[in-house]
This record gives sequence, C-alpha cells and structure tokens, in this order.
Amino acid sequence: MHTKTAAEISQDLQAGKYTSVEITQVFLQRIKQIDSSLNSYITVSEEQALEQAKAADARRAAGNAGPLTGVPFAHKDIFCTDGIRTTCASRMLENFVPPYNSTVAQKLLDAGAVCLGKTNMDEFAMGSSNETSYFGAVKNPWELSRVSGGSSGGSAAAVAARLTPFATGTDTGGSIRQPAAFCGLTGLKPTYGRVSRLGVVAFASSLDQAGPMARTAEDAALMLQAMAGFDPKDSTCAERDVPDYLAALNQPLDGLRIGLPKEYFGADLDPAMADLIQAAIKELEALGAQVQEISLPNTALSVPAYYVIAPAEASANLSRFDGVRYGYRCENPTNLDDLYMRTRAEGFGDEVKRRILIGTYALSAGYYDAYYRKAQQIRRLIRDDFVKALESVDVILSPTTPGTAFNLNAMSADPVSMYLADLFTIPVNLAGLPAISMPAGLIDGLPAGLQLVGNYFEEARLLNIAHQFQQRTQWHTLAPQGVPV
Amino acid sequence: MSIERGDVEKIAYLARIQITDAQLDKVTEDLSRILSLVDQMQEVSTEGVEPMSNPLDMVQRLRADQVTEENQRERFQAIAPATEAGLYLVPKVIE
Repeated sequence: MHTKTAAEISQDLQAGKYTSVEITQVFLQRIKQIDSSLNSYITVSEEQALEQAKAADARRAAGNAGPLTGVPFAHKDIFCTDGIRTTCASRMLENFVPPYNSTVAQKLLDAGAVCLGKTNMDEFAMGSSNETSYFGAVKNPWELSRVSGGSSGGSAAAVAARLTPFATGTDTGGSIRQPAAFCGLTGLKPTYGRVSRLGVVAFASSLDQAGPMARTAEDAALMLQAMAGFDPKDSTCAERDVPDYLAALNQPLDGLRIGLPKEYFGADLDPAMADLIQAAIKELEALGAQVQEISLPNTALSVPAYYVIAPAEASANLSRFDGVRYGYRCENPTNLDDLYMRTRAEGFGDEVKRRILIGTYALSAGYYDAYYRKAQQIRRLIRDDFVKALESVDVILSPTTPGTAFNLNAMSADPVSMYLADLFTIPVNLAGLPAISMPAGLIDGLPAGLQLVGNYFEEARLLNIAHQFQQRTQWHTLAPQGVPV
Repeated sequence: MSIERGDVEKIAYLARIQITDAQLDKVTEDLSRILSLVDQMQEVSTEGVEPMSNPLDMVQRLRADQVTEENQRERFQAIAPATEAGLYLVPKVIE
C-alpha cells in the first residue's frame, strides 16, 4: 500500500478498498521502521494523524469527501500547524507550538488530507543540503552517504522513501526543486504570490513560495490544487482564480516551444548531465515540442544578487526572534541586550547567523546603495531577461542542478561553493516565475532533475508537460536503493 | 570590499548576535568570502535601472482599518518564556 501515489490512494479510498485510518497506520508504521536511517521527520504527529484519518473516514461516509480527503501527507516543518510543534529545524523554535494554522495547513486540513508529521529541513530554510538542521542532516534514500538536498530535504527524502505519498515544501532559491532533483521527485515552485505565505515562517519575503513535492506530476497537481489561491491575510498573495490543474494534464504538447539558455549549457556543464538532458529533450520532441537556443545574459549575476537580497530580507524577518514573546530564551540574562544577544547566539546555528550578519551589513548605513539597491537593480535585469525570452518560447529548459546529490560533509565547510551550486534555480526566484523539477534519468545510480521554467501563473502548463513526459518515461517510477521500499 | 574584525563586531551588535573573540576571525573570514562573491555585482552597470522589490511589481494591498481579530492574549502568551499579569517579562531596563 505504501508504494501507491496520492492519486491512487485517492481512488482506492473512493472505491472503499481501505479506509483512511488503515492507510495512515501503514505510513506511521513505516516511518517507525525506516526513518531512523534517514532522519526525514522532526515530529511525527501520530495521535492527530489518526484523529484526522478517523474524521476523514466519517466525512466520506457522510458523502462529503473531496479528492484529498483521507490521503496522508507531510508538512515541511516551516508551516505553522495549530497545536503541533513547528521548529523550522532551529533550536530557536525547538519547543514552539503555534497557536494558529498557516493558510496552507488550513487549506489541506479543510480538504481532509491527513498530516503524518513535520519534515526536517535546513534551519530556517537556509541551506542546500539539509545539513544546517538543528536536528541533524537528512540522508538521501538513494545512497545514505549522500545529502538529500535542501532546504526541503526531509520532505524530499520522506516522499522518495515512501514514508508519505507527497509533502509540502518551500522554495526561496531552489529549496523545492534541488532536493526533488536529488531524490528523484517532481517538485514545483509556483509563481510568487500563487500560494499564501501566511504562517510559513518567513525567510526572504519577496522570494519565498510554497509548493508541492511528489513522485508524479499528477500528484503535484492534486496538491497544488489544494494549496493555491488568494488569501486576504497575505498582502502579496495574487488575487487570481486557480485553474483546474488536473484537467490540464492531458493537453497535447504539439507545437510547444522550448528554449535552451546558452548560459546554462556552457563548456563547464558535466558531460553526463548534458547527455541526460539531451536524451530528455528527444523525448519532448517526440511529444511534439520544438527546441531553440535562447539567451539569459545576466545569469551569472543571479547568485551574487541573491546573496544580498535573501540575507537582507532574512535579517529583517529574523529580528522577531528576540527571546521575549515565544521561542528560545537564554538562561539568566543580566540585562535586555544580554538577553537578545545570547538568545540569538545560542538559538541560531552558524549558517543562519552568517546570513543575518551579511544582511545587516548590506542594509547598514553607507552600504545600502552599493549592496541592496544594486542587487534590486540587477534583479530587474534578470527578470527582464526571462520576460524577453518568454516572448519567443513557452518554457525554458535546463538541468535543475549542475550535478547529482553530493556526499554528506563535502561542502559544509565552504558556504560559497554550496551557494554557487544553486545557479540554475536562483534566477527563477529572483524573477518570481514558476518552475518544476522532474526526474530525467540517473547518473551513476543517482537521480538527476530537469527544470522547466514557465511564464507567470502557468503552473498548469508545467504540470502538463511533466505529466506528458512521465507518460513516455519511467524515471519517476524508480525506487531508491538505500532503504527497503 | 573586504571586511575587518571591527566591522563584524559592529554589525553583530546591530543584529544583536553575540560573537565571542574566539569566533571573530572565522566569522570575519566567512563574511569576507561571501562579500567577495557579492562584489561581482559591481562589474555591471545598472545606471537608470529601477530597483525591483517585488517580482510582479505589485503594490501591497491595503485593508480597511477595522478590527477583525478577537483578543487572544492568553493563548498567545501561553507560549512566551516569561509573562506576568498579561505582560511580557524582560530584565529590568530602568534602575
């Protein structure tokens, strides 16, 4: 039962093959058996999950079930969940039990989905390897000596290991797409503003977006359908109708125009990755797509601009963690400054502190124009590159990452080298566009992801292309080798 | 732009993060490396380019100035490190 997709579970529940309580117990049992080798969950909310499953079964008996009613899932531990600990993988929030639900959590609750627990992540979503978590690194289910990716690494590992059919994630610079690529999953970062950010612990508010992580494009569509939509409580949430993502999956791809940015396919691209992407392009061509070269000339400036904008916004957002209203407080503070300074020194990990300090510097008197304003100007140049390219093509295709999952501890000593590995995903957040990563093959036994970037609010098109690709290929069905599946 | 130990001490205080003397060299080195990455931005001219703070160039929606939430002080203060009589407690600020 645990190998079924969310769409299959939805159908089985509807057909009465088993109950939500039964399928929920299967996953809870599996988490107990297997997760000690992965560390993909921070909190398993067994009691609440079984209550929700029972309620879902009752709702179905009453004839009020929707497609997600009774289907288990997991939340990245960045989504506030009323009454369930939400740590953001930080000591700062180790014992934080939110008194409210994030809008995404509320929507999934309203849909009747059953939350199994909260998944591990990089602390405050800052990292690309899940190694900055206060609760320890997550291991990649394909090879336990490798990282799961980050920051949504727990969600990725849990879905890949069949410890949940699908999971939520958030993506500020690639945090859904990169772990999806490393674990062989389909992950979608929606357009900025498509999904409410209310109750999603804020990292960089002009970049953060929540989205689905699943094995198939169909499951991602199912989850996005429940997550997306206007929220009056998020002032940057888009006031737009949500299309029927499932209905769009079966559109033909005839005449689809795909652009390949020459800056992403330079001489330094790993030949194995280049070959794999070429093979995937052939499949898309067989489905009716046409490929042409495009240019995104300011690509190389993306990572530098991101490492001003994201830390600057983070330094402002994380100023709320002061040891006064909730979260960690240091022992025996001698005065108010001592309370703030030791609380934040002890409560935050090294990577979070680095980013707060960089952001504070970039925003401080005398440096604002040279850093923050400059980065925002470059952000517009990068956005304009995409807008121009998307006048002549429908989607932009590239690898999701330059390589496959790297070894644990291989990059953690050098933050800058890890930052630079996000060069294919970061520009998309700066532009605010939607992008999907889907499994496109294996390199030395490890999954590699292909990224498609679409125009604003064209999530349906991206899911459609991924679904059609998955009708022709088997990469998304492969099971990881590092844990029993 | 390189950064000195003194700069790091200053921004650490602005950010209210205590950094011990033993940590200062390492933090200064890490921040310098990040800033040298960031400084690649200076190679391109952005004269006349309007800074972009929202990817959709959206303006934040305003809402009517009306009370919509009920008071939940007890619930919200139940998760605070220290409260008394509905107030948050911090070390004495004024002697």
